[in-house]
Amino acid sequence: MSSENGKRLLETDAGGLNFEATELTLGLPGEPRVTSDGGAKLGSKRGFSETVDLKLGDNNREVKLGHSLQEAAKSPVSKTQVVGWPPVRGFAKRGKKSCKYVKVAVDGAPYLRKVDLEIYNSYQQLLTSLEDMFSCFTIRNYLNEKKIEQVNGIEYMPTYEDKDGDWMLVGDVPWQMFVESCKRLRLMKSSEAVGLGLTTGPKYSSTN
Amino acid sequence: MQKEMAYSFPDEVLKHVFSFIQSDKDRNAVSLVCKSWYEIERWCRRKVFIGNCYAVSPRMVIRRFPEVRSIELKGKPHFADFNLVPDGWGGYVLQWIAEMAGAYPWLGEIRLKRMVVTDESLELIAKSFKNFKVLVLFSCEGFSTDGLAAIAASCKNLRELDLRESEVDDLSGHWLAQFPETCTSLVSLNISCLGSDEVSFSALERLVDRCPNLRSLQLNRAVTLDKIANILRRAPQLVDFGTGNYAAELQPDVFSNLAGAFSSCKELKSLSGFWDVVPAYLPALYSICPRLTSLNLSYATIQSPDLIKLVSHCPRLQRLLVLDYVEDSGLEELASSCKDLQELRVFPSDPFGVEPNVSLTEQGLVAVSLGCPKLQSVLYFCRRMSNAALVTIAQNCPNLTRFRLCIIEPKTPDYLTLDPLDAGFGAIVEHCKDLRRLSLSGLLTDHVFEYIGTYGKKLEMLSVAFAGDSDLGLHHVLSGCESLRKLEIRDCPFGDKALLANAAKLETMRSLWMSSCAVSFGACKLLGQKMPKLNVEVIDETEPPDSRPESYPVDKLYIYRSVAGPRFDMPPFVWSMDEAVKILH
Repeated sequence: MSSENGKRLLETDAGGLNFEATELTLGLPGEPRVTSDGGAKLGSKRGFSETVDLKLGDNNREVKLGHSLQEAAKSPVSKTQVVGWPPVRGFAKRGKKSCKYVKVAVDGAPYLRKVDLEIYNSYQQLLTSLEDMFSCFTIRNYLNEKKIEQVNGIEYMPTYEDKDGDWMLVGDVPWQMFVESCKRLRLMKSSEAVGLGLTTGPKYSSTN
Repeated sequence: MQKEMAYSFPDEVLKHVFSFIQSDKDRNAVSLVCKSWYEIERWCRRKVFIGNCYAVSPRMVIRRFPEVRSIELKGKPHFADFNLVPDGWGGYVLQWIAEMAGAYPWLGEIRLKRMVVTDESLELIAKSFKNFKVLVLFSCEGFSTDGLAAIAASCKNLRELDLRESEVDDLSGHWLAQFPETCTSLVSLNISCLGSDEVSFSALERLVDRCPNLRSLQLNRAVTLDKIANILRRAPQLVDFGTGNYAAELQPDVFSNLAGAFSSCKELKSLSGFWDVVPAYLPALYSICPRLTSLNLSYATIQSPDLIKLVSHCPRLQRLLVLDYVEDSGLEELASSCKDLQELRVFPSDPFGVEPNVSLTEQGLVAVSLGCPKLQSVLYFCRRMSNAALVTIAQNCPNLTRFRLCIIEPKTPDYLTLDPLDAGFGAIVEHCKDLRRLSLSGLLTDHVFEYIGTYGKKLEMLSVAFAGDSDLGLHHVLSGCESLRKLEIRDCPFGDKALLANAAKLETMRSLWMSSCAVSFGACKLLGQKMPKLNVEVIDETEPPDSRPESYPVDKLYIYRSVAGPRFDMPPFVWSMDEAVKILH
């Protein structure tokens, strides 16, 4: 028995999952699954299906159900964090020398989140996690120069305040150095970032 | 004539009798007997426990119980511990303090859990309550050492200051020096949550020196090992002690000083702290180990052999908190040495790693279940489990009251059979008839909820993640678990049907949390409309839920019963489904 709209992936059949059939889409019951604009309408900002995928890791992980730990080990050593899982309280304080919680502010949003930089191993992981948390937009991944689809016409640039109080672009320095010097993060609107002269050079094309 | 006698007990007599009745449940029952008992009882109730600060307003509490001396309040939902509740959600204590400042001049005890406490609140406490004795801030946040300084300076008869697991802004280390020289009343001081350099150690020493009744002291990580002996020698009467940093270069004189200091504490029963442990210093504890009933090593990054040695010296241990470095072998030793064990918590040393970094499996827990007949409370993080193991554990430990299992990878099946773990958890609820708290994990279908609804009659709190197939699962729980008070669910395919069909049940519970499930905005609105005694709150950090179709699922949902109506301190990302509340975001 399945519920109506917004159904989750049905995991009863561990092996031959017909993944496509169970993939979440948006829309009222009876509507066609794929919209011409790729789901950007219907307020797909929340990207429920994407959230599901993001939260549970990449697609391949779903199919891994029922496989042994050895199978799971074949996936990359560092994986996308699911928010709040495993449910460890203040884990950062246990068994680790340091705890690196920094506040993350987003231009235009009234709330802050906190992330523990120690749990990530790379910029990619951090940015993916931030996208997961603030999924109403996408973050410009200038490291790979990927032009990610802008959902509402606004691109955000990840910036951080370092120990000296300067605002820098995320990705400038080696990861470990970044972790040590980052005091807080701010996802700045790309237009503002350009205005502040935070661009890195010719290979980085400005927006708007 | 005879009828009159029944009503002729003077109030003082009844009051005296009632003073022996301490439990809230009994007090509530007393108040229902008749109007005069209600009146008498309410005037002499001294302690109030409010499990959800939004279930009732300060004014209502004060109106009913005018002479309260002790209050306990809880704020944010439990999942706030795991970053699922955004900052700014609520749980502010200031208004409570402000109203109680006027109404309860003799308030002596405030205990708060998961609440936002500002320096302003602390300063208000400090100046409003002349007889203030106990302040417990469990998992709270929003205050700094300035607020603590106000408490220290003003509270002349402070007995307890316990900041366990709270987040404190360190502005200055000198707040401890604010305790006046005349303050000799401290019984319990827990500053373990403070960061580095937040405490003036000489002030601490002097404080410990002049408080002969100090029984419980938990230091913070900044206090180094060499300082422990000084403290212990000033407080040999300690029953409960938390070290700071337990690392230093091994030096014989430091070691023997430490060992001597520990052995002079004849009452010491409980130890914690142990950040950055150097194993060579553990034998300093051996003299007190035979008396230890509680050991919290959840910060101690020591390996199994050292843990085994330590634990084997503690035959009276009732409570052990430890990292999974203990491994199956360590737990086997525990099972053979500690027959009085009642509570075990095993935390993951590397929760975000994909590969297991230690040899801790279901076997360790099975061993403990076999060897420790008094086991009642379990919190266990591991990477694999089997139905067979769970069945064995259930059969070995029918007296379990709390069972929380976290298999680190969501939806992990039985590693032997690849089946869901329904049968295993089913055995737990079936055999453990007094089970009050249960947390599920691993691959689970609707069947496990059928078992829970059928057998979990005493279950009060249930935590569910990445489990179930359909609304039927949720329906089993809501319709079957008669004692259910708190239900928290994340990432499960539970939607509108079960929730709406069991709406009345929600009024019998403290709260329900559902995040990343399939409950539609329309259903939330309906619930808010039909159930005026429930506060139905939708949390969405991205955009208002009504900017999308009604059938669209909400991100997070928090429903709780309340006699106070919708709250007024909701941040922009929380929407009340109460009809009377205009959405003005």
